Amino acid sequence: MTTLLVLVVLVLVAIAIWQMTKMFEFAQLKTNTSEIANDTDNKYNGYLLFAFLIFIYGITIFSFWKYSKVLLPEAASAHGGEYDYLMLVSFIIIFFVQTITQALLHYFGYKYRGEKGKKALFYADNDRLEFIWTIIPVIVLAGLILWGLYTWTNIMDINEEDDPLIVELYAQQFNWTARYGGEDNVLGAANVRMIDIDKANVLGLDESDSYAADDIIVKELHLPVGRKVNFKMRSQDVLHSAYMPHFRAQMNCVPGMTTEFSFTPITTTEQMRQNPDVVEKVKRTNALRAEWAAEGRPNSDPWEFDYVLICNKICGKSHYNMQMKIIVETEEEYNEWIQSQKTFAETVMVADGQVPNFNPAEAETAELSYKTQD
Amino acid sequence: MSVTAQAHVDDHAHDHGHHHKETFVTKYIFSQDHKMIARQYLITGLIMGFIGIAMSLLFRMQLAWPGESFPMFETLLGKWAPDGVMDADIYLALVTIHGTIMVFFVLTAGLSGTFSNLLIPLQIGARDMASGFLNMISYWLFFLSSVIMVISLFVEAGPASAGWTVYPPLSALPMAQSGSGMGMTLWLVSMTIFIASSLLGSLNYIVTVLNLRTKGMSMTRLPLTIWAFLVTAVIGVISFPVLLSAGLLLLMDRSFGTSFFLSDIFIQGEVLHYQGGSPVLFEHLFWFLGHPEVYIVILPAMGIVSEVMSVNARKPIFGYRAMIASILAIAFLSTIVWGHHMFISGMNPFLGSVFTFTTLLIAIPSAVKAFNWITTLWKGNLQLNPGMLFSIGMVSTFITGGLTGIILGDSTLDINVHDTYFVVAHFHLVMGISALYGLFAGVYHWFPKMFESKMMNKNLGYVHFWITAIGSYGIFFPMHFVGMAGVPRRYYENTAFPMFDELTDVQVLMTVFALITAAAQLVFAYNFISSIFYGKKGPKNPWKATTLEWTAEVKHIHGNWDGPIPHVHRWAYDYSKTDENGEYIIPGQDFVPQTLPLQEDEEELNH
Repeated sequence: MTTLLVLVVLVLVAIAIWQMTKMFEFAQLKTNTSEIANDTDNKYNGYLLFAFLIFIYGITIFSFWKYSKVLLPEAASAHGGEYDYLMLVSFIIIFFVQTITQALLHYFGYKYRGEKGKKALFYADNDRLEFIWTIIPVIVLAGLILWGLYTWTNIMDINEEDDPLIVELYAQQFNWTARYGGEDNVLGAANVRMIDIDKANVLGLDESDSYAADDIIVKELHLPVGRKVNFKMRSQDVLHSAYMPHFRAQMNCVPGMTTEFSFTPITTTEQMRQNPDVVEKVKRTNALRAEWAAEGRPNSDPWEFDYVLICNKICGKSHYNMQMKIIVETEEEYNEWIQSQKTFAETVMVADGQVPNFNPAEAETAELSYKTQD
Repeated sequence: MSVTAQAHVDDHAHDHGHHHKETFVTKYIFSQDHKMIARQYLITGLIMGFIGIAMSLLFRMQLAWPGESFPMFETLLGKWAPDGVMDADIYLALVTIHGTIMVFFVLTAGLSGTFSNLLIPLQIGARDMASGFLNMISYWLFFLSSVIMVISLFVEAGPASAGWTVYPPLSALPMAQSGSGMGMTLWLVSMTIFIASSLLGSLNYIVTVLNLRTKGMSMTRLPLTIWAFLVTAVIGVISFPVLLSAGLLLLMDRSFGTSFFLSDIFIQGEVLHYQGGSPVLFEHLFWFLGHPEVYIVILPAMGIVSEVMSVNARKPIFGYRAMIASILAIAFLSTIVWGHHMFISGMNPFLGSVFTFTTLLIAIPSAVKAFNWITTLWKGNLQLNPGMLFSIGMVSTFITGGLTGIILGDSTLDINVHDTYFVVAHFHLVMGISALYGLFAGVYHWFPKMFESKMMNKNLGYVHFWITAIGSYGIFFPMHFVGMAGVPRRYYENTAFPMFDELTDVQVLMTVFALITAAAQLVFAYNFISSIFYGKKGPKNPWKATTLEWTAEVKHIHGNWDGPIPHVHRWAYDYSKTDENGEYIIPGQDFVPQTLPLQEDEEELNH
């Protein structure tokens, strides 16, 4: 069906092209047939340049009107507000410049379209003009650079102040695992060379490291609202990128080294679900999914909003489906949840002969990842 | 002055009128004549371009209609599209090879190779390149690398599919991805040969521009095209060898078990022996070329646009010296901004600050260029030939795409749009579409020079331009929104995330525009081919340009000028120049060829 549609569109386009050529030809019937633009060509193309300016404005307005709603909702992290504000200001500058320069460019194209006998102005230089349009970008960019660098330094200043929660994000083809420091909030030493699948030591924790014993390994990221989280990222195979769009947070996971990112979540999942933009988005999406369900398409159950961690660095065949749910909750809910999780000692460092019992709900997924995914 | 001496030697050598006996092979295949080599580059580049664009249509269809079965997929992709449904591996392969082909084979070799070869000798007044033989080798190495790249598509386990940036470990380990086997090896071999070709070409361009300018052709009388080609070649010579080193080290990691880029890897149930390498090192090496590369792509387009715009506006380019200065500034800065691709790679955030600073600086010379182009149009007598329209279009897309660079170059703002469709939209507009427009502007403008005064059909040219112009914005403008919604690039489908569901509409819109725009390129292909054979012959200097190439013989002869090489007496932009009485310097003619000596009382206003 779609193929047919595509074919129909292509045929229509071909006809349109043929017709347009004819149109341009008719426009020139009375003049000579040289392949160099004549006054008629200049006239029509001059008008078209003006029309094109309107088209550019049109598609800008259309896109904003139609697609603004698909943009990410307000930031759910402490630094996100600053990020969004800097983004907004940059966009205002961009659209200001875009509107003016495109107008000048296309308007000049229309206004000064050639006519036989018209004289162009020999105007080769003007130091003052050039100075002006060098110095204005210099000032504007200097402002943006300073502001950007100030924000960047704040965001990337990862320290241990304010008792941050330490969480490891562990990437592998094609899933994520998170590890909490446990009672002592310190991650035990780990290296891929210590991975022992038979014992479900999937992250390669050092079993002799006392810090590792209380570590908690999970497949769903829970974060208490309002507490700073310091993420330590690791990857066991190829490059991945831990992208948490709702928190304006991203950092690559690099095999052989530990990378870091830090933010403070400020909106719980529950609160975000009440956000009017999100409510609307969920409504729209579910209407769409209902349609799909009616068509009998898979993967069309109703959706409930959740934060996600997604992979944003090409990592192989299933790159497009490497995700982990993030739940931001109140301190109490978080504590309750973390208490219910088994520690590394309880799951792995058990006497030989016993079957290790990796945090049950997720155990299956964790194991799956070691089979070749297809 | 050696320039003059050389020119004289050349003058005399050819004045004796000796002619080689040319066979079909020496004339059309192993030709050492720069005009023929330019045509070879162009045609090879265009063929590669059509392959690259066709690939993009396939994956755009997959994105718009994920998992849909298209019989066409099965025809074209065979086992990679069982029952017409595209496989996830081949999707990544298509994306990878599309990027590689478009960036290197079309926009580097096809654009710079074609026009540097055609225009450098003709516009500086030289008989040929400094070394015709090296020039020939350069083309044939390019041809060989193209063939290898195309062959890699047919490898059993699939072509390279780690993205055009081929970051290890993904590209280094065949167990990480099927395309990282033989396909990746061929990719590396092809690129190695390509780099050799590019270096031979670049060295030749540099030597030719510096040594073989005709009498009177000082550096400040060169057309901006030549300045752009010269500087492009210099950046190529500086940065391509670094890519070669990255490629060789990657090849060693892959084949000989070294650990330059690999460390601590556990994959498919076993630990690999690699220890101590870092993928971040590869990223540094890759982008040390990769970033200058985008300027290698766009600078020739800028040069072409400056020239074509000035000729068709019947006005001198505004701020000639500022244009040269900005080319030099862009070239210099381009070599110290590579880190803006790596803000979140795990490198030290302080480095990120430095790269933010240098990156945003690049906006300054770019802004100067854009304003100068706009002012060049002001009070002109614009001859809206297809080449001129593509030049105006190039400025438009360059501005639209360039402005979003302010977002991406800012390390803070990059955090959330890094590797999303926002980036894809940005670079397609600012370097992809803009450079293609530069290529088209050049083809329409210099087609008569390339094919002995035959001209391309202007009406088909107009159709080609207008559909392409609307289509390009139609594809890439909405794409910014997809990126801002957080959709990562290189995703086979977005169905795994309900939050992206409502973006399906946008994907369909973009794909429809892509199909239409691609169809318009067929108009160009038809126009190009039919004009080669049946194009109407125009006058010797169809656009009434001042530059030397239009004084050369219409018929392609070895040595370009039948008689002595013309000497130059003025800069390349004396359009609509008048004396105090407001009369043109040459009565009844609004341009003064570079070969005409200054008239009495005429001021040399070459700013």
